[in-house]
Amino acid sequence: MAEPLLRVEKLVRRFGGIVATDHVSLDVAAGELHAIIGPNGAGKTTLISQLTGHLEPHSGSVTLAGRDITYLPAYRRCALGLARSFQITSLLLDFTAADNVALAAQAHAGTSFRFFANARKEKGLRDAAHAALDRVGLAHRADALVSKLSHGERRQIELAVALASKPKLLLLDEPMAGLGVTESQGMVKLLQELRKEVSIVLVEHDMAAVFALADRISVLVYGRVIASGDPAAIRANEDVKRAYLGDQHVVTRHG
Amino acid sequence: MSKAVTALMLAGLVLLPLYSHLSGNIFILTLFTRIVILALAAASLNLIMGFGGMMSFGHAAYLGIGGYAVGMLAQEGVGSGFIQFPVALAASATYALVIGALSLRTRGVYFIMITLAFAQMAYYVASGLARYGGDDGLTVYKRSDFSGLIDLSNRTQFYYLCLACLFGVIFLIWRIVNSRFGLVVQGLRSNEQRMQAIGFPAKRYQLACFVISGTMCGLAGALLANNTDFVSPAVMYWTRSGDLMVMVILGGMGTLFGPVIGAVVYLLLEEFLSQITEYWALIMGPLLLLIVLFGRGGIMGLLGRVGRG
Repeated sequence: MAEPLLRVEKLVRRFGGIVATDHVSLDVAAGELHAIIGPNGAGKTTLISQLTGHLEPHSGSVTLAGRDITYLPAYRRCALGLARSFQITSLLLDFTAADNVALAAQAHAGTSFRFFANARKEKGLRDAAHAALDRVGLAHRADALVSKLSHGERRQIELAVALASKPKLLLLDEPMAGLGVTESQGMVKLLQELRKEVSIVLVEHDMAAVFALADRISVLVYGRVIASGDPAAIRANEDVKRAYLGDQHVVTRHG
Repeated sequence: MSKAVTALMLAGLVLLPLYSHLSGNIFILTLFTRIVILALAAASLNLIMGFGGMMSFGHAAYLGIGGYAVGMLAQEGVGSGFIQFPVALAASATYALVIGALSLRTRGVYFIMITLAFAQMAYYVASGLARYGGDDGLTVYKRSDFSGLIDLSNRTQFYYLCLACLFGVIFLIWRIVNSRFGLVVQGLRSNEQRMQAIGFPAKRYQLACFVISGTMCGLAGALLANNTDFVSPAVMYWTRSGDLMVMVILGGMGTLFGPVIGAVVYLLLEEFLSQITEYWALIMGPLLLLIVLFGRGGIMGLLGRVGRG
């Protein structure tokens, strides 16, 4: 097998006495959509934060395309082709949708130490922003302030922002969070399109979405990967069933 | 509405010397020279505070640094403005670079307190400069000499120099705010985590912005020393930094002309209220409270809503 795009090896992160990430190892191949699922409190967000650089692990390593990024700050990882969306929508609320996305494009198009020319008139950046907004179906809302947009629309902009940086790997932290049924379906459709272009790590609660989209699934329980495999294997896995059906003592033994 | 008021105010500032000549009221020109200089300082503070979200409570330090650069050089026999002003700007920029690099490690209240602490340090250093007057301050016997290009001792010429500096700085701020750099700085104010995630190292941009703002305020300091023919540690005292903050908030943070309106209103109020009663602060305080409480976005915000509603 070729070298994976993302390799996580024996990652450990503790909070006081709690081991939130317990020797997690996983590989994401180029072109793959790898889903990470697990019950509440399983440490999914902690894991993602270590991948994006918002949290430092206590041991272990994260490698992106052969390069060790374990301790790189978030902005450097982004330059190497890692983009993320946030579980709780995190956008520039007092900027327009187009501005939000154009800034992501700007971060990857030369220096931003330019003090004089009007950045909103840079055609390259505006075009990139509109293309990304169009991609997520929000071109018509380009000039609206993000604070005036609905929750669903903001989730879509999160995606557009991530796309505008032309990433190799997209980390999506619960993109369906808080979406209605129709909105969720729209998002699944969109992700089905996007996965053709970019490798994706998807953290998601919505099981229907995960099983519809993922090539491989890793199941996280109390900080550990208890199973990893294709959707059919995960569906059949006894440990996974126990974790999700609430047979907690099997699991709490670990913690 | 806010546009009309801004235009009116700018026209008033440009035509003021004419009025002063016709009416023979020299005092008003002196008063407004001071207002224009402090408006320049407030505008520079607004760049980091309003647009950059960096609540610096030590901005008056640059007024002192710019002023002392002029005063100390004059004392040492270097009277040329072509040397004094660049030195004033360079000294302010250097101070901003060092203070900014240290202060920007903190956020929120700590940032406010640390910028305040550094300005107070500058204040005490200036008080200790025995050679340059110490506590008593330093008299500038001769205004900066621009070898006949412009005469700073001529009230009208000096006023227009100050006004040109103010307009020049506001023009620069306007360009900066809409540039790539400006959008990044404003993005950082809005959501630093998001900006880091899309690939912007926050501190570099904030520090650059901090230095630009400090340099602009150093210019105000150099002008102020020329205006009063005097510079003392008092211009760096923390209450002066507070005055600048009030001007920015009163006029409207993060607007281009808000600080100018804020400076005009604040200093005129101070002037007239203090003529009526020596307890003028008793009237000024509640007035400011009212504007801050009910006019969110300061005077600019208020005018904007009047225009719409």
